Amino acid sequence: MDYFKLKKQRKARYNLSIYLMIIIAYAVVMFLSYQGKISSLLGGLLVPFCTYSILAVSLNLVVGISGELSLGHAGFMCIGAFSSAVFTRYMKFLGVEGLYLFVIAIIIGAVTAGIAGILIGIPVLRLKGDYLAIVTLAFGEIIKNIANAIYLGFDENGAHISLKNTMDLGLTENGFVVIKGAQGITGTPHYSSFTAGVVLLLIVVTIILNLINSRTGRNIKALRDNLIAAESVGISATKYKLIAFTIASSMAGVAGVLYAHNLTTLTALPKNFGYNMSITILVFVVLGGMGRIRGSIIAAVILTLLPEMLRNLQDYRMLIYSIVLIIVMIFTSAPSMKQYMEVLKNKFPILNGLKSVKIKNENKEGK
Amino acid sequence: MDFLTYLVSGLSLGSIYAIIALGYTMVYGIAKMLNFAHGDVLMIGSYITFVFMSQLGIHPILSVILASISCTVIGIIIERIAYKPLRGANSLSVLITAIGVSYFLQNIALLIFGANTKSFKSIVTIPPLKLFNGNLIISSESIVTIALCIIIMLGLTTFINKTKMGQAMLAVSEDRSASTLMGINVNGTIAMTFAIGSFLAAIAGVLLCSTYPTLTPTTGAMPGIKAFVAAVIGGIGSIPGAFIGGLILGVLENMSKAYISAQLSDAIVFSVLIVMLLVKPSGILGKANIEKV
Repeated sequence: MDYFKLKKQRKARYNLSIYLMIIIAYAVVMFLSYQGKISSLLGGLLVPFCTYSILAVSLNLVVGISGELSLGHAGFMCIGAFSSAVFTRYMKFLGVEGLYLFVIAIIIGAVTAGIAGILIGIPVLRLKGDYLAIVTLAFGEIIKNIANAIYLGFDENGAHISLKNTMDLGLTENGFVVIKGAQGITGTPHYSSFTAGVVLLLIVVTIILNLINSRTGRNIKALRDNLIAAESVGISATKYKLIAFTIASSMAGVAGVLYAHNLTTLTALPKNFGYNMSITILVFVVLGGMGRIRGSIIAAVILTLLPEMLRNLQDYRMLIYSIVLIIVMIFTSAPSMKQYMEVLKNKFPILNGLKSVKIKNENKEGK
Repeated sequence: MDFLTYLVSGLSLGSIYAIIALGYTMVYGIAKMLNFAHGDVLMIGSYITFVFMSQLGIHPILSVILASISCTVIGIIIERIAYKPLRGANSLSVLITAIGVSYFLQNIALLIFGANTKSFKSIVTIPPLKLFNGNLIISSESIVTIALCIIIMLGLTTFINKTKMGQAMLAVSEDRSASTLMGINVNGTIAMTFAIGSFLAAIAGVLLCSTYPTLTPTTGAMPGIKAFVAAVIGGIGSIPGAFIGGLILGVLENMSKAYISAQLSDAIVFSVLIVMLLVKPSGILGKANIEKV
């Protein structure tokens, strides 16, 4: 009994530490900005910190907790960004502005990205192996392509969609083009702020922590650790993996909303919604520790900040990321490395502290 | 006649996909891993050919051979350093490592050769073929590509079925531990698979860049992913499957570019993958896997 009590306490302490970390960071930033000590460079990074943290935490739900690899996280972000920006931009055209629209936009972004997650998840999560990785990658590219090719306008007859050009929309005189193909959406209202980002991050973290420690979360983790054993005790693999995947997708959509309303123009470039972005988020998750929520946030913040601080290293950034990715994977997952670490730990008991950093899903031989 | 022109160029593009897909499908069948870096080995091969041919002035054919050999070595080195330590680890870690390798290759190429586009001179010098009084012109690149693809297909099938090494590959893909008991050098066989895959990638890279003469560090990424899609459509692990899948994908891509929308052609190609996975996840020629507990 004591063991479970202890475990519960540790969990509660870990969860509390995440909340405290975010709130203290927020308080410090607010205090500094009140004193006027935040440089414009750092000030411009505050909302991206929140965006990337939300993305990293939500991808961690798929990669770390559910044990599936999704390479299309940026695609879901793109859906959230575009669907919400269409709404707020059109409202702005109609002359309606206000922060309550941002709340509606967030709901729109979360719901559309979540629906996309279900649509992608249902066919793919039935398959085993690396299919989810390749299909989500393909999906991300499809979304980026469509976002680049689509023209969308509104007039009194309703919405008009075209894949050719603005003229093809056939709008009346009072019509208004929202998405202009590769030029994207221009003039999105600037609703995102650091406070909004932190509130969203706290909500996302709360949802994920509660999910992980619930019955559903334990089922998801059981499926990750041993699919066959978990299925044999009656846990539906598709259902629970789909739950994790959909929640993660809709959270990526929320991050997209935050991203879209932080910029004045929204275009789907490979840089922001492409494969590169998905990989960058994956790097945050892997370096922060798979399955570790706190680690994801810290990694997202540090790895967003570092390249800006070390401008000369800009060219080498992705090279260093890739090398670190390979080295981390070999050191944490290679069977021979694991044996070696065991030997080291027996010799130097102090190293046992490293255990918590290790990736949780070790016994996945059969997967 | 337009239709025929698109068909031929589609078949040519499809042949390139097929050659890349062969590397994917062999590695997937034997090492049971998705080698994300395959498309980037292709890009490295094209750069090496470019350096030999355009900057050192070596004969095109000789440069291609040299590039293929270098790529073979690179493939073996990648396997030895990055993938071999992870044998027996869970598939997620292997996949992430492969992505790391892919990014590493892209960024190395970016640092060495720079981000600006290199214009690749075609290695094929024979004149194009004119049919129907010049109404249908088949470019010489298409002819060479399709011919080479068929030769490679036949050669590889013979290699797998007639040689000891090929039989060892089949055995390893069937059951790794049983083939170890039979005295097959599993590590050697897997290294050999990577060597063949990378060799083919270099050839595909040269053919790709001869047809579409632009070379950037990300040249290999998209064709690599599409070739994997081709391998999945054809049935992963099957060599004729990779061939069929590649051709289907190439023709489909060119047709949708010509008749539907150039911007959406990638989206259409990837939608086919999703539909295929829904209808027949094992692919056209793939064997359905029976899960044993």
